[in-house]
Amino acid sequence: MGSRHEIEIVVNGEPRRCGTAARTSLADLLRDTLGLTGTHLGCEHGVCGACTVLLDGEPVRSCIVLAVQADGHAVTTIEGAGGPDGGLSPVQEAFCDAHASQCGYCTSGMVLATQALLEERPRPTRAEIDEALGGNICRCTGYVQIREAVERAAEGSGAR
Amino acid sequence: MKPVDFELHRPATTAEAVALLAEHAPEAKVLAGGQSLLPLLNFRLARPEHLVDLGRIAALAELRRTRDELVVGAMVRQARAERSPAVAADAPLLAAAFPNIAHPPIRNRGTVGGSLAHADPAAELPAVARALDAVLVAAGPAGRREIAARDFFQANLMTVLEADELLVEIRFPRAAPGTGASFQEVGRRSGDFALVGVAAQVTVRDGVVEEARVCVTGVAPTPHRAAEAEEPLTGRPLTEARLAAAADALRAAIDPSGDLHAPGEYRRDVAGTLAVRAVAQAHRRATEHAAAAA
Repeated sequence: MGSRHEIEIVVNGEPRRCGTAARTSLADLLRDTLGLTGTHLGCEHGVCGACTVLLDGEPVRSCIVLAVQADGHAVTTIEGAGGPDGGLSPVQEAFCDAHASQCGYCTSGMVLATQALLEERPRPTRAEIDEALGGNICRCTGYVQIREAVERAAEGSGAR
Repeated sequence: MKPVDFELHRPATTAEAVALLAEHAPEAKVLAGGQSLLPLLNFRLARPEHLVDLGRIAALAELRRTRDELVVGAMVRQARAERSPAVAADAPLLAAAFPNIAHPPIRNRGTVGGSLAHADPAAELPAVARALDAVLVAAGPAGRREIAARDFFQANLMTVLEADELLVEIRFPRAAPGTGASFQEVGRRSGDFALVGVAAQVTVRDGVVEEARVCVTGVAPTPHRAAEAEEPLTGRPLTEARLAAAADALRAAIDPSGDLHAPGEYRRDVAGTLAVRAVAQAHRRATEHAAAAA
């Protein structure tokens, strides 16, 4: 039998306390225990980037982080990316404007990786965009519009 | 794609972690950043009954300098070391290697010690440790021992660490003035494991290569320290002819196996080409560094 653990994590600004099995990934905790199904699972072995969330502000792949490893830390999921009123974030707006989302499966990971990039580098170069999103795989939009969305979001943030 | 059930232990000190490993070895695995272990668990290629999570042991996440060494705790995250000015100054080869490791989200979690203890034959950090003659410090029930990088890696995914031992820190010699480094890698896509990677560090004094260190990943079960390529470069100024001789010597010394990604012949050829690029870039940086220090 595996062990169970009580953990405390701050999810999208809200402190949560929950019990979890040791083997449960952060992705499964978010989706199954907390009902936050905006985090998508693609490959489940850390290759596709679909399940990217922010852990203490840094992008990580939630399928290869145990829920218990997030104990005491803050997690941002796509549900926490927009405004409290449900409005879209500037990054999400830019993804819409640039038609950077098609089936949407990779989009939550793309948006969060972009958000983290722009926090660190408000005006990234093309090489920096490619490096930051290189681990996020998209199978339908292609990467041209996604890159354009990041550039639009960066321009928008510069104008504010 | 879910791991089998296991018992997770979360020790607060290295001593507790070692005691847990001693109690549960060989059914226990060490969890560092988890970026290699968790995929193995998800695929059920590894089915440990116990995991010992090092995430709460603050002492393992220290990064410090002594007079002669840069000491990197086993749990220092790769992204943190990548951004560290101390690493850039004291171990420029280590700094040069990080951008080649997977993608930023992996480096945010992955640790320096985890990559070394995992010992993937295509990984970057084992080649760096071997190139720099790093000392790896392990803690076990009988206390601590220091292991030279040349003795640490035994085979594909195998090191000399015992089942009840823990890698606690890695000591890199601080780079001398006039030192430059480069890590060159070829993979199928950016972020993939290397087909071949070459780590090079060069120290220049008065226009002469005082020391050249070259180590290759992806061409053997353990990192290949290319003494045969270092020898023709050392003690004289760098020339294109000497670079070519070093590359030829390296190609002659290795016998990489092929797989579905690339035949062995390709890896052999590319290793020489990457060695030329890596040594040349390391030499340029060393020359700049020497000029800036003068």
